[in-house]
Amino acid sequence: MFETLTDRFEGIVARLRSRGHLSDSDVSEVLREIRVALLEADVNLAVVKDLIEAIRSRCVGAELAKSLSPAQQVIKVVDEELTRILGGEPLKIRYASKPPTIVLLAGLQGAGKTTVAAKLARWFKQQGRQPLLVAADLQRPAAVEQLRILGRDVGATVFSETTDPVSVAREGVAEAERLGRDIVILDTAGRLAIDDALMAEVRAISEVTRPDYTLFVVDAMTGQDAVRTAEAFNEALALDGVILTKVDGDARGGAALSVKQVVGKPIAFISTGERPSDFETFYPDRLARRILGMGDVLSLIEKAEREYDSDVAEKATERLMSGQFSLDDFLEQLQQIKRIGPLQSMLGMLPGVPKDFRNAKIDDKDVGRIEAIIKSMTPDERRGAVALDGSRRSRIATGSGTSAAEVNNLLRQFKEMQKMVRTLGPVNRLVGGAGRKPHKGKQKGSRFTPSSRGAR
Amino acid sequence: MVLVLVLVVVLAVLLAATALVVSTRSRRQRNAVAGSSASRPPTGTLLLEQQTAQPSPDTVDSDLRELAERDLAEGEAAEQLRAGRPALGDRLGKARQLLGGYLTGIRSKPVDGATFDELEEALLLADAGVTTTTKVLEDLRAKVRSGAVAGTPEALLAALRSDLEAIFDGDESAMSLGEDGGPTVWLFVGVNGVGKTTTIGKVAARELAEGRKVVLAAGDTFRAAAGEQLEAWAERTGATLVRGAEGADPSSVIFDAVAHAAARGSDLVLADTAGRLHTKVNLMEELRKVRRIADRPPGHLTEVLLVLDATTGQNGVVQAKQFRDAVGVTGVVLTKLDGTAKGGVVLAIRSELGLPIKLVGVGEGVADLVDFDPAEFVAALLG
Repeated sequence: MFETLTDRFEGIVARLRSRGHLSDSDVSEVLREIRVALLEADVNLAVVKDLIEAIRSRCVGAELAKSLSPAQQVIKVVDEELTRILGGEPLKIRYASKPPTIVLLAGLQGAGKTTVAAKLARWFKQQGRQPLLVAADLQRPAAVEQLRILGRDVGATVFSETTDPVSVAREGVAEAERLGRDIVILDTAGRLAIDDALMAEVRAISEVTRPDYTLFVVDAMTGQDAVRTAEAFNEALALDGVILTKVDGDARGGAALSVKQVVGKPIAFISTGERPSDFETFYPDRLARRILGMGDVLSLIEKAEREYDSDVAEKATERLMSGQFSLDDFLEQLQQIKRIGPLQSMLGMLPGVPKDFRNAKIDDKDVGRIEAIIKSMTPDERRGAVALDGSRRSRIATGSGTSAAEVNNLLRQFKEMQKMVRTLGPVNRLVGGAGRKPHKGKQKGSRFTPSSRGAR
Repeated sequence: MVLVLVLVVVLAVLLAATALVVSTRSRRQRNAVAGSSASRPPTGTLLLEQQTAQPSPDTVDSDLRELAERDLAEGEAAEQLRAGRPALGDRLGKARQLLGGYLTGIRSKPVDGATFDELEEALLLADAGVTTTTKVLEDLRAKVRSGAVAGTPEALLAALRSDLEAIFDGDESAMSLGEDGGPTVWLFVGVNGVGKTTTIGKVAARELAEGRKVVLAAGDTFRAAAGEQLEAWAERTGATLVRGAEGADPSSVIFDAVAHAAARGSDLVLADTAGRLHTKVNLMEELRKVRRIADRPPGHLTEVLLVLDATTGQNGVVQAKQFRDAVGVTGVVLTKLDGTAKGGVVLAIRSELGLPIKLVGVGEGVADLVDFDPAEFVAALLG
């Protein structure tokens, strides 16, 4: 849906290619595209304006390195500027000399505070700390119950009372002292920045508990309003850092940039899923690339790491290299990849994919058809042990509800693909070098048992 | 099809390579994450088995309902409900005061390029998006050039307002009820934290006030305490609640609720679902199943409502598209419009995807729900 910055540049690049430096008007044209890209990524308009000026001053008249095209260099400058804003001093948790260290979470409704509270508790436990969760959200029905369940899941005690949020917070801290817990995480109700009564309440909680860290929890999908909200919370509470949630979606997350710029406090953590472990330290360069729509390979790798069965992958790669990659293996890969996400969205994460390819629509039905065709084959046929004559092909077509032409097409493409893969020298070397060592024993086995899928 | 083939292989190679590179690392970490790497709990597939295995549906009995009705009668919420539905404009006073006068600057000056820049800023800051903003303003410029719109600030603003309102032309905010013979089902879907459960509570209050018998189906069996949250709304509004065990198949809970509604002669089932990001293939697949089951006789699924947070930026369009493609969204509920966010992304959702906006959430109270009104929405957007 969104054109990436790289797409936008393609038209301009052609004209700029022959130049040794960028003129004023070249830069203006490029900057207009950058502006649109940033706005589509939900970076706040005011922040976009500042950024554009910063980028302009760096680009005009700058000498260009030979190895990069002018457009690439501009992107590089943009990337660096974004990373600079997003980065800076990371949030380093300093534990209070007199425990407990108190962390207050605040934000709008539905930003994900309660989930983050539990994830943060788990994180502190991993640091060898003993957190106490305090449920001070008495506003939303069953919010306390939610934190209790999540606390149980991560193995952290949850404190709450049915009094009022301020005294719950105060008593929570007292309880932590009594129990000898060294961390207190205060979960508060979601509130609008313009709700005076609720903002006064959260200020009161802050005054009573004197938190060491006040963290603003913000949804990565937030639009232009993120700035106003963050400013208001910063004024009321003096924030120490930001936690960005729902980063596992496909929002570009420009709001994070705006909030960082306005509040001037580091983004401490990102929340990347619904499981307690989906919680990570923040890397500014990755988000910068994502805002630019430049393909987030690192995230793809991490996703793959989480979802992809590396044993299966290793085996498939070995077979691929040795030219034994069969339709069975292909099917297996297809299913693995589908677990990671829709092909279309993964296409977007790959850098350097040609524009036509990247913008092509991938129909899930096509994927389904390919699966159906392969699944309609016998094991021997999938392995390529028998020649697929006309009658076998028409049987497969009938079995999969497709046409003989589609079956032929798939087989032909598959053959070409096998040829193509054999020419992928560099990848082979890379993979070969990394993969063989730990798996000597399995190599032999995999050659003779093409289908070990039963094991999974 | 060819493309898919090539892509899968390219991805396979890439992923295999990366998986190999990281496999040593992940193997070391595997013990640590083994417990958490399981995806959502497995869901049952056989409805009948599920039904017997689950505890019988919790029903809020009549004295609880009386209690809730008494509570409600005493509150101002009930007054508001009785006095007719609140209007959007009335509810936005506070937020709009803060933003008020945003466009007053252009009113005192002759129209020039800067005027259009200011309008552009206003639209972009309202999350209308670059595409919609550019298109609307280009149309407006053309009208000024051709003389169809006078070059005064007032005429310009009036034209802009009517152009924006026209985006919603032909929409009907009323929600449809099925024919007789079986309960109507409205399904609520959306990403995490947009306010699905709260919206259901408010819709329940509204429909009960219209004299309908309402059953709430706690189809969010995933998030901790989502059932309890809906239960609190059932108590508050006097609707009947049907819920299953945590981790139960959401389809089966909704099926139970429909069966329960049919048996008791209830009119309407409001089905909650777990929040899910539109990028999660498995969860969108699960939602497809939920939708199929919800439409199974005796129920009639007449509305699939996408709940959308007004603070959402341009990703809202992607969300709406994915949910529309997966479960055939019939309308959008825009929540949290009582804040400073203006929800301009619905302009793009309406114009690009054709989805009507039906309801607007303006607070956490039971009566904080209004019909979508294009004129009021646009006035608030530009106000």
